[in-house]
Amino acid sequence: MKPASFEYVAPTTLDQALERLAEHGFEAKVIAGGQSLIPMMNFRLAQPSVLIDLNKIAELSYIRLKDDELRIGAMTRHVQVERDALIARHAPLIHEAMTKIATPQIRNRGTFGGSIAHADPAAELTAVTVALDARFRLQSAGGERWVPADEFFFGMFATALGPDEMLVEAAIPVAPERTGYALEEEARRAHDFAMAGAAAVTALDEGGKCSAARLVYFSIGDVPTDAGDAVAVLIGKEPTPDLIQSVVDTAADRLEPSDDIHATAEFRLHLARVLGRRALQRAFERAAVEAN
Amino acid sequence: MARLIGKPLKRNEDPRLLTGQALFVDDVELPGMLHAAFLRSDYAHARLKGIDVSAALEREGVVAVYTAEDMGDDWAPGPPLVIPPPTIEEVTFNTRTQVPLVKEKVRHAGEPLAVVIAESRYIAEDALDDIVVDLEPLPAVVDIERALDADAALVHDDLESNLAAHLVQTKGGYQSAREQADLIIKRRIVMDRGIAGAMENRGIVAYWDNKQQYLTVWDTTQSPIPIRNGLAGMFGLSEHQVRVIAPFVGGGFGPKIMMFYPEEVVLTWATLKLALPIKWIEDRRENFYATTQERGQVHEVEMALTEDGRILGLKDDFIHDSGAYDPYGLTIPLNTQCHVLGPYDIPNFSSELHVVFTNKTLTTPVRGAGRPHGVFVVERLLDIAARELGIDPSEIRRRNYLPNDVFPYDNVIIDQAFANFIIDSGDYLPAMEKALDMIGYKDFIENEQPRLRAEGRRVGIGVVSFIETTGVGPYEGARVTIESSGDVSVATGVGTQGQGHFTSFAQVVAEHLGVKVSDVHMVTGDTAQFHWGTGTFASRGAVVAANAMNAASSIVRKKILELASELLDAPEDELEIEDGEVRVADVPRMSISLGELAQKANPLRGAVEPGTEPGLEATAYFGPNYGATAFGTHAMIVEVDPETMNVEIRRYVVVEDCGTVLNPLILDGQVHGGVAHGIGNAFYEQLFFDDNGQLLNASFADYLIPTSAEVPTIEVGHTVTPSPLNPLGSKGAGEAGAIPVPALMAQAIENAIGEAGFEILESPMSPLKLFNLYYGDKEQ
Repeated sequence: MKPASFEYVAPTTLDQALERLAEHGFEAKVIAGGQSLIPMMNFRLAQPSVLIDLNKIAELSYIRLKDDELRIGAMTRHVQVERDALIARHAPLIHEAMTKIATPQIRNRGTFGGSIAHADPAAELTAVTVALDARFRLQSAGGERWVPADEFFFGMFATALGPDEMLVEAAIPVAPERTGYALEEEARRAHDFAMAGAAAVTALDEGGKCSAARLVYFSIGDVPTDAGDAVAVLIGKEPTPDLIQSVVDTAADRLEPSDDIHATAEFRLHLARVLGRRALQRAFERAAVEAN
Repeated sequence: MARLIGKPLKRNEDPRLLTGQALFVDDVELPGMLHAAFLRSDYAHARLKGIDVSAALEREGVVAVYTAEDMGDDWAPGPPLVIPPPTIEEVTFNTRTQVPLVKEKVRHAGEPLAVVIAESRYIAEDALDDIVVDLEPLPAVVDIERALDADAALVHDDLESNLAAHLVQTKGGYQSAREQADLIIKRRIVMDRGIAGAMENRGIVAYWDNKQQYLTVWDTTQSPIPIRNGLAGMFGLSEHQVRVIAPFVGGGFGPKIMMFYPEEVVLTWATLKLALPIKWIEDRRENFYATTQERGQVHEVEMALTEDGRILGLKDDFIHDSGAYDPYGLTIPLNTQCHVLGPYDIPNFSSELHVVFTNKTLTTPVRGAGRPHGVFVVERLLDIAARELGIDPSEIRRRNYLPNDVFPYDNVIIDQAFANFIIDSGDYLPAMEKALDMIGYKDFIENEQPRLRAEGRRVGIGVVSFIETTGVGPYEGARVTIESSGDVSVATGVGTQGQGHFTSFAQVVAEHLGVKVSDVHMVTGDTAQFHWGTGTFASRGAVVAANAMNAASSIVRKKILELASELLDAPEDELEIEDGEVRVADVPRMSISLGELAQKANPLRGAVEPGTEPGLEATAYFGPNYGATAFGTHAMIVEVDPETMNVEIRRYVVVEDCGTVLNPLILDGQVHGGVAHGIGNAFYEQLFFDDNGQLLNASFADYLIPTSAEVPTIEVGHTVTPSPLNPLGSKGAGEAGAIPVPALMAQAIENAIGEAGFEILESPMSPLKLFNLYYGDKEQ
């Protein structure tokens, strides 16, 4: 379990890093917290010939409020996000998700941008960013572009990132009033990848009727799965337990979960129903508290 | 005498361990040291048609690449470790032992095909990719219930079938018991495979110093002395030319007793050829293939009972998975047979055992070593019987305990030591009652459970009893010396893997010699310091080695008193040894320090009288007639989420009886670790193989070791029933914590679900398995 040989570079500015990436393209890998890449290299599943270490680039680590968006630098450690007051206030779903990511040790090192760019189907942040309508800024030596989260994830470990591009920032809209959130997941051990999970964002109008609802599953398929239309029927209605149950049943019918040693497709589908229901219920309960 | 035995002293070795000052094998760095990496088969079963290592040899930094052919006449299958039992009639045993490097056929995934020796481990691993191997895959034997089918592939071509062993053990007559029974419980029970998962993987540094003609091997083994003797024999060296050192080892749990591992043979062979030190450190992925594993049994069982819940007889026919080879003989399944009988009065017993070869890593003892399987079988049957008869689970156990007046109790069948399975002592009821009391059993059943159930919560309780055979022979020894400083040095042959030997053994020695425990300096597992003994296994250190310490220190005490009596001119019975000096009891000014005595016992001038020995030193041995049997009761409360099948352990209570306790702090640590291990065995840790014998979860991402978040606070209580078999009265405790957990957790989960027909007959469990069981649509 030793990695194959590689060239190691540690630029101190983003521009330098992007230049190296432009130079090496597919041959290179950028390393952020290294919590996924290092094991993959040690198993020789990843054998980059150049490793571009971003850990010395201070300009990529920040959390700030800009206009009506939270901006999170790609190299911001999970632990910083977890403990940040702006995040807790304006993106409580992210706040809730953070403690479910792996272990405290991994969160000390792992980064917000790294987790998203790695695009593990079981990563909480994939579903959370989709549910929150986040956008990602992808930069290359030649320029930058913004990609919405729901267009970013292509497949297992596959994203919209080109070989010369880096995810440098995430922008998350500040939560409107009367909004509720919840993240539910079921993992074998406290820190494990979830067997199934669901992130919900809901809002209630003044009459207690649903005015917005999102439900995004993770660890069910290769990419975060938005329940989409299935939850749209909630809009304008009172979110009763029966209605929520029928919504998650409809949503589950569209899922195509896969088997692994910890959960069969059937068990995953069952968990998706349970967790989707619990996430929506809890999100509506919180929206109701917010509304008061 | 100061009472040191039984004191909860902090461990002497911890400052070194916790500050990174302790030597582990990977800390050994020698000038010119080379590094080895092994090329391992991806296939579980394949014929080796050819290996081309030429490209690897050309890589810069590669010193040598060896295959089985290169070993010439030195290539030989390993010696059997535990010789099949001559004491059981009509036993079939086919000995097939592991090979250093594959010559003709791969028999399990991960079996080594070649070794690269290079300037660094990185280069060695790069060179593995340069080796071209021609393997012809063969159908793999994976499912143990199909291993004996007529059309099954053969793991060993020279055998007619995959049968490794067959034997029948009986006590009384089961058939007649069955005819008298009011109730027969018949079930199929499965225990699947796991690993030991020690924190430190295996590792070896081997160095043949050609000028000194001396071989030194640092090895993570639990048995350094047999390794030394075996290597000397294998390579035609004198035993005094070989030193094996088992330094600090980060967890043993059984697999590190196994010998000889291919790597131990290959590294020694290679250093003898190259005369340079070579290091191999097993990585975690290798550990999943190359280090031995355990569990893997399928039982067809029947229990015959009276209507008031008394066991008339038990019949347990089972298959045991040996893996690709069987150097460890029948230790695991014999333990299973003995522990099916448990603490219970089972007059009639019959057990037919088939051990089968499969294309999987070999099985040898892992903490529990077949005992959890036996406990799972008998406890599950008792739970089912209790339900059918409307008896409380604790009550049915109470009704079947062996009474106190039967000990020593001869169970008639043969145990792992190939002698009659005799339980030396026991007093089961107080342990059970203490556990019930600690967990508040009655109150839970009568008040708390109904209240929680009314809230819709599924909370359940379990209570399970067990025995653990421990402290088997043949013997261990110790040498105790008073140094001229007055400190005490002690050497023993057993190795240490975290058990606290530097403290618990030191307490025994200090008790006799009137010194501080911290002034007793312990050497374990270095054959240059002590070369008689077998090793650390089978929960025997605190029995066999500690009693050798006890014997050696009493001899030294006698020598001290004799000499001091002469020098102080006072009768021995008026002397006391305290604070590192010998005093005349009522005349404090008349004293001599142990250091001064030691110097007087080893004079530079004068004549040593005939028949006397210099120094204040003694070597003594202890070997029990048979093993001491510990026992206890565990109880737990769990909450199950019936929608997700998430299981949360809310309470865990242990009452442990391991006879005389040497150090309760260390004992509780052993129990905690054992329970954590048991929770892993019961609910998290399972190896998954596909039909080709490929392991699907060879990493700690997918093989689930419980962490601090999964292990609850463990409340430990004790009862003390000293063993009559040794002067200290001690029994082993290294495995006890792990043994009853699967049985206990099954009972508690069933109790929490509380629905007819929800019956757990398999371990490890998992949310997926509970889901399949509860929702009725089992896989396949």
